[in-house]
Amino acid sequence: MTAAAPVAETGSDRVETTAADRASRRGWPGGALVLAALVVVPIGFLAIGISDPETEVWRQQWDTRLPGQLVDTAVLLVGVSFGALFLGSSLAWLVSAYSFPGSKAFGWLLVAPLAMPSYVLGFVTMSVFGFTGPVQNQWRDWFGRDAWFPEVESMGGAIVVFTLVLYPYVFLLARAALADQAGSAYNVARSLGARPLEAARRVVIPMLRPALAAGVAVVMMETITDFATVQYFGVDTVTVGVFRIWRGTFDRDAASEFATLVLVVALMIIGLERIMRGRARFGEAAGAAAGLGPRRLKGTRAWAAFAICGIVLLLAFLAPTLQLVSWAFQEIAGPRGTPNTERFLEFLGNSLQLALLTAVVCVLASIFIANGSRFVSGRTTGLAARLTAVGYAVPGPVVAMGVVLSLVALDDVLEGIGLGLPGTVATGSLVGLVYAYSIRFLAPGLNAIEAGMAQVPEEITASARSLGARPATIVRRIHTPLARTSVATGAVLVAVDALKELPIALLLRPIGFNTLPIWTFNLATESRFEQAALPALAIIVVAMIPVALLSRQLSRGAERA
Amino acid sequence: MTVTPLRLDAVVKTYEDVLAVDGVDLELAPGELLALVGPSGCGKSTLLRSIAGLVAIDSGTIRLAGALVDDGRDHLPPERRPAGLVFQDHALFPHLTVADNIGFGLRDHRTDERQTRIDELLQLVDLAGFGDRFPHELSGGERQRVALARALAPSPALMLFDEPFASLDHNLRIKLRHDVAAALKATGTPAVFVTHDQQEALAIGDRIAVMRNGRIRQLGSPAEVYHQPVDDFVAAFMGTASFLPIANDATTVLGPIDLDGAAPADAVAMVRPDDIVFTASATGEAEIVGAAYHGSGWHLHARVHDGVDVYFTVGHLDAPAVGDRGTLALTPGHCQVVVPRR
Repeated sequence: MTAAAPVAETGSDRVETTAADRASRRGWPGGALVLAALVVVPIGFLAIGISDPETEVWRQQWDTRLPGQLVDTAVLLVGVSFGALFLGSSLAWLVSAYSFPGSKAFGWLLVAPLAMPSYVLGFVTMSVFGFTGPVQNQWRDWFGRDAWFPEVESMGGAIVVFTLVLYPYVFLLARAALADQAGSAYNVARSLGARPLEAARRVVIPMLRPALAAGVAVVMMETITDFATVQYFGVDTVTVGVFRIWRGTFDRDAASEFATLVLVVALMIIGLERIMRGRARFGEAAGAAAGLGPRRLKGTRAWAAFAICGIVLLLAFLAPTLQLVSWAFQEIAGPRGTPNTERFLEFLGNSLQLALLTAVVCVLASIFIANGSRFVSGRTTGLAARLTAVGYAVPGPVVAMGVVLSLVALDDVLEGIGLGLPGTVATGSLVGLVYAYSIRFLAPGLNAIEAGMAQVPEEITASARSLGARPATIVRRIHTPLARTSVATGAVLVAVDALKELPIALLLRPIGFNTLPIWTFNLATESRFEQAALPALAIIVVAMIPVALLSRQLSRGAERA
Repeated sequence: MTVTPLRLDAVVKTYEDVLAVDGVDLELAPGELLALVGPSGCGKSTLLRSIAGLVAIDSGTIRLAGALVDDGRDHLPPERRPAGLVFQDHALFPHLTVADNIGFGLRDHRTDERQTRIDELLQLVDLAGFGDRFPHELSGGERQRVALARALAPSPALMLFDEPFASLDHNLRIKLRHDVAAALKATGTPAVFVTHDQQEALAIGDRIAVMRNGRIRQLGSPAEVYHQPVDDFVAAFMGTASFLPIANDATTVLGPIDLDGAAPADAVAMVRPDDIVFTASATGEAEIVGAAYHGSGWHLHARVHDGVDVYFTVGHLDAPAVGDRGTLALTPGHCQVVVPRR
């Protein structure tokens, strides 16, 4: 057995740090700041651009479409918010407070519409309920050619479609809140003599308010980021305006200035959430709260509850999916058949490539950020981590136009020193697309990986360091293997988001580059619904992955309770 | 080689506005085991983490095996300090086998040397043949011994233990601390043990440092710290003690004490429970007011007529009961004069 290590007496009066030590000490906060800058700079470019507005464009917009767009944006946001708030919270109350046939299964089945992109439900709705669709045809057969039917291609139609695909955000948050604190508080209020409605009004709704505010904020963000679905319904929002200017004129300054309008709306949504949440800060219970003990419904009431949940699920998910399946079979069996399958594989390949690149970028960035605060404590790394996640709260079109401006600026700089980028990097290349996707989808990856890192005790890191391992070695040999499930989850979440994404792809795609969502959208715009069915189904199948992950967590949580 | 394994000079560490370590000087002799004790929040863990390099100190200097590793400006990172760390929750790498855990720090060894060293350490901690197991297949005591072997593998100049036995049950704790001390002595590795358990400190330390409010109040052998505490805090922290007021003529309620010259004005006499002899007597001045059985005897609490509380032990079963009276006497030469600090 060797004695204590023979470390020579150096007698030095300096701490003998090496270049590697200093690089490690500064590298983590420095790298985190660079990542944060990469996220924030494009959005900053956009904000700076507005300081020197192209008055001519604005005047022209103001004289033509802008007033109508502002009205449409406001009406759509308010309508969808109320729709999702009402549907989401009522369904959450139904499955939490009562037990009826299927109430447990509905608890997670009602989340499924999250996997249905609004642009898919939009075109299915238009084709089935639209003027030329089977429903109105039948209606006219029964009640005559001039029988009244609600106009589907309208603001109302758009609000219904968005409500059906976005209510799960409110449902999820409200259900979680009811499952612990708010649920027990309801029972306490009842035991203190409050009638059910009084208990709901005085205790449950105030306690649910933060969850409802957060849910509605997400719903509004998802609504404002869209400009594809709304176009089916002839709704003209400011987001559509950005798309129209950019794809119509390729005037990036005008389009990006218009995008700041969308950014302003997003900031207003965030501000509104703060106000709605008020000063309330209800921490989640540590799991000790008993939650709401569900009351058993009998007879007609039980079946009515079942029917309500079933109809929502049917309209938002089952029926459109079945319709797509039937179209897909017709298309495969039909005379056109083969050429589409070839293109399908090509576009699927494009989508997968894009999703994979984005997932790799986001996972690597997230691993770096999540590890940074482990090795260098300080405000810089924490602040950088929060900044890198802001992209998720910025609408896709805003991110896209910001990236265009940044890449153009980069191109100018490089050209100035004689290193021009080849051709159209800025206005349409995979680099721009992956960059914009990464800004937008870093947050879900980072959240997953940070949660995974939180499960690795500090002592494990300290032990590995005291055994002489450099941080990079610890990341590779200890942290990443230990957090591998979370890393995988993060990668899947990012990849699925990237695979579903339509607005950014429509704005930034290289000419001739199609993804599954773009293809679906284009076919649907041309009313070729049978052909759009297959790519739409592929997107839904992929989007089911995170929903299934979520449902598994929910049912596990329910078992624990 | 007579290199001082650890030397601290005027080490200071502040968190926000809280002074966690307030000017600590300390020097370890080769092969020495030092127990660092104190109540929670006294700064002992911060001091240990500063030595390991997990915490950067504000000022002062830390030298490990003669080399300056922290001077308040430059901080050598933990991976470059020749110190091994063992935590309460052992912090084994759950995805690596016992052998790979132990071999983790052996980066510069050839494969065969590495295996030899791993076997050597498994032998040392009495776990030969456990190399292929995973941490979750081991008992708590076995895990802690693997953690010890893992930290010892790179032959550190100093070992640091942060409450190493706190998560183990009583009997296992006693056995394990004996085994750990033996392994450290066998390898000649000096060590600092942080603990809040005074029994553990007394049992394992060659010397004991008692900390409070970021400062070392007393540094000495276990007997010194236990029997000659510098103040009433150290006296009370290291074990049960009775504090007897001293009258002008160097007497206490339990009789006269030996004094070298005059005692300071507010000094009291500190007596340990086993230095008090009880004799039952219906007219005695002491009344038993509390009694607790602890297996090998009784802890007793008596009140002497004018309200002085005295704690003592008796080692047999026919102990006095609450309400009994008797007389109490001091074992000559076994009390210490201390000055209470506010």
